[in-house]
Amino acid sequence: MLYKNFFSRDIFSELERMQQELDRNLGLSPSIRGSSRGYPAMNIGTTPQSVEIYVFVPGMQPSEIDVELENGTLSVAGERKSTDAPQGATKHIQERFTGRFRRVISLPDDVDANQISAVCRDGVLHVRIARKEAMQPRRISVQ
Amino acid sequence: MNENVTKQEKPSEKTPPREEPTLQALVEVIEDASGITLLADLPGVPRESLDIHMDGETLTLVGTLGLTMPEAMESAHAEVTLPRYRRVFSLSKELDSTKIQAEFQHGVLKLRIPKAEHAQTKKIQVQAA
Repeated sequence: MLYKNFFSRDIFSELERMQQELDRNLGLSPSIRGSSRGYPAMNIGTTPQSVEIYVFVPGMQPSEIDVELENGTLSVAGERKSTDAPQGATKHIQERFTGRFRRVISLPDDVDANQISAVCRDGVLHVRIARKEAMQPRRISVQ
Repeated sequence: MNENVTKQEKPSEKTPPREEPTLQALVEVIEDASGITLLADLPGVPRESLDIHMDGETLTLVGTLGLTMPEAMESAHAEVTLPRYRRVFSLSKELDSTKIQAEFQHGVLKLRIPKAEHAQTKKIQVQAA
């Protein structure tokens, strides 16, 4: 029964979980402000016109997230509250992050601090910062 | 906000083959006297891309990311690198899989799986002799 349960799970997810546990136990942490698997996870992309930042903040209300742009850095901070278990209830698994978080990234020099938008949908905060027009590559037509 | 989970004999088409690597949705499982509450973090999954199904005693959660990204975007840094979340649980017999309730808000799925009536904990009063 024990074996059946183990193999009925997705082996890749299982390996991912084991890797996470290993990292945690060994204290491996590539960044001073938490490992890359910390909360919230972040994806960053660039286009010629903008910098696109996706912050994975499941369970956060848009009003509970603080987004600040200061001196070329963008910080995203907030607090995710733990769920209240009713009296006499048992928590069998607790993998979800709770508590305060803060992530800071430095932005490229050419971003325009006046043109920034932040939208939160389905638990993902999407921050878009435009790049200054003067810095954008321009095609110069030869007469 | 509430929707009943469809009971299916076969995994639906939205379910990827088991071999595909997927993201591990992080969960929290709380059991009380009348059932189990399961919370799963599925950020970036729109409601229509979430698939919850029961196959026998196996509960499978699959969610596909639906982020809107500009076409010309080049990735500079990525921590979420796979397009799909997947998580599978074996339910025990005393849970009533026909009465699962699901709520999905801000990327967090909340499932309530009640215990079958006969399996609910009953408090027995001890009478003084």
